[in-house]
Amino acid sequence: MNVFADALRWIVDPAHWVGSAGIDYRIVEHLAISGLAVGLATVVALPVGVLVGHTRRGRALVVGLTGAARALPTLGLLTLLGLALGIGLRAPVIALVVLAIPSVLAGAYAGVESVSRMAVDAARAVGMTEWQIVRRVEIPLGLPIIVGGVRAAVLQVVATATLAAYIADAGLGRYLFEGLKTRDYAEMLGGSLLVAALALVLEGAFALLQRASSTATPRPGGTLRLLPDPGRQ
Amino acid sequence: MAPYREDDMAHEPRTPRVALAAVTTIVTLALVGCSADDPLAETPGGESSGASGTSVVGSQDYYSNEIIAEIYAQALEANGFTVDRQMRIGQREVYLPEIEAGSIDVFPEYTGNLLQYWEPDTQARTSQDVYTALTAAVPDGLRVLDQSAATDQDSYNVTRAFAEENDVASLADLSSVTVPLTLGGNSELESRPYGPPGLSSVYGVDVSFTPIEDSGGPLTVKALLDGDVQLVNIFSADPSIAKNDLMTLEDPEGLFLASNVVPLVSEKIDDEAAEILNTVSAALTADELVDLNVRSVDEQLAAATIATDWLAEKNLF
Repeated sequence: MNVFADALRWIVDPAHWVGSAGIDYRIVEHLAISGLAVGLATVVALPVGVLVGHTRRGRALVVGLTGAARALPTLGLLTLLGLALGIGLRAPVIALVVLAIPSVLAGAYAGVESVSRMAVDAARAVGMTEWQIVRRVEIPLGLPIIVGGVRAAVLQVVATATLAAYIADAGLGRYLFEGLKTRDYAEMLGGSLLVAALALVLEGAFALLQRASSTATPRPGGTLRLLPDPGRQ
Repeated sequence: MAPYREDDMAHEPRTPRVALAAVTTIVTLALVGCSADDPLAETPGGESSGASGTSVVGSQDYYSNEIIAEIYAQALEANGFTVDRQMRIGQREVYLPEIEAGSIDVFPEYTGNLLQYWEPDTQARTSQDVYTALTAAVPDGLRVLDQSAATDQDSYNVTRAFAEENDVASLADLSSVTVPLTLGGNSELESRPYGPPGLSSVYGVDVSFTPIEDSGGPLTVKALLDGDVQLVNIFSADPSIAKNDLMTLEDPEGLFLASNVVPLVSEKIDDEAAEILNTVSAALTADELVDLNVRSVDEQLAAATIATDWLAEKNLF
């Protein structure tokens, strides 16, 4: 258990929790990079995914593109972007956005598509505009799957955001690179454990969020009443 | 209704799944922790050099080192030795235990960096001092042969424009530069004796640090040319120094250890084989090493081709 115990000892050592290279600071950086990447990916992918799910058009194209994007090795992409944009956080954030988009997009269109056609037709029948259908029927009902897509993206991005340290002084990846190069395996494994712990915490948070989003199915209110669906007791 | 079913199934068993994931993670971590004291201790390949007569030639995971290893291998083969190539093994912490264990017989090394591996606090800096200290530091069962004039060592480089603007030719001149300086290099540089601490204590130069993890590769050069960093660590035999019109700053106080190319060999290398390798080392100069690297980087030739051409050109063997 030596390396493992050393890694835990490395994590709890108070000397590693001070200054701008401290663990707390690195965790904040790591979360900020991940949050920014997933946020940008959501801004880009959510509208497209919802549009595809709502219109049921362009699905083949989107599935193909996102499938191909998933195969892009992030380190290669990062190097390429780094050569174009220089060092700093721009290249890693863009690479992480590319990593996050497929999951968010897939969640968005799958979520919207999963909504019962009967509910959608009913909404249309009572005179809702297409925009109202999207906003008040498809998104709320498909929300658990949409959130699931974001959840998958968060997990991938948090684990991969270690690569930001490849060309920037930021994130928990610094411990991995530094530990590897200086043969400080306690530091390297300690950094890895922190990333894993962070990923698990976020995964738990998103699991709760996903659960909340599925129970928060909107009740038809006011003048709007949807037909009771025979499939759901 | 099918869509609802799907929907329900997507998040039905969530509690057990999260629990399962957590358990799996913990078990995996525990296994990783238990497996070995040193995660890199397992012997890759495993088989030792076995049959006498076959010498194992290895190289670092570094193209320039592989070219030199190829030259050693072909020189030995030209003289009737049988060679087993184990190229691109990795970095020093990975392959040196293999050499010490006797599974590799010939390895191109660099005097300064190798000395620092065994004696991290060494005070030797000049080429001759380093070589003398290294011959004493090499563990039993191994030895270094003659060192060559070719060096491939850490060096600090600036752009020519920066050098001219600030009138800088050596690291000592940096102390009078007024603009804030940022040093770029692999993350370990930050804590190395020749990194920011050494610049400060030896030359009185204070720099901030930006990690760029490609070992002085294209990203590092790009950062320097963009002005994101002013000073970068690039190996002195790297063709990109000349290609990008960079200036290598002189190091009058010996911040960096001299690092000449030297073969590290096991007891299996007898005097005859040692003589062959010494002949190679005598023929290899610093400029020629850069030229060999240029052929690899620019012409994308295989190490074996570059080695064959060089041996032919030098009329060796």
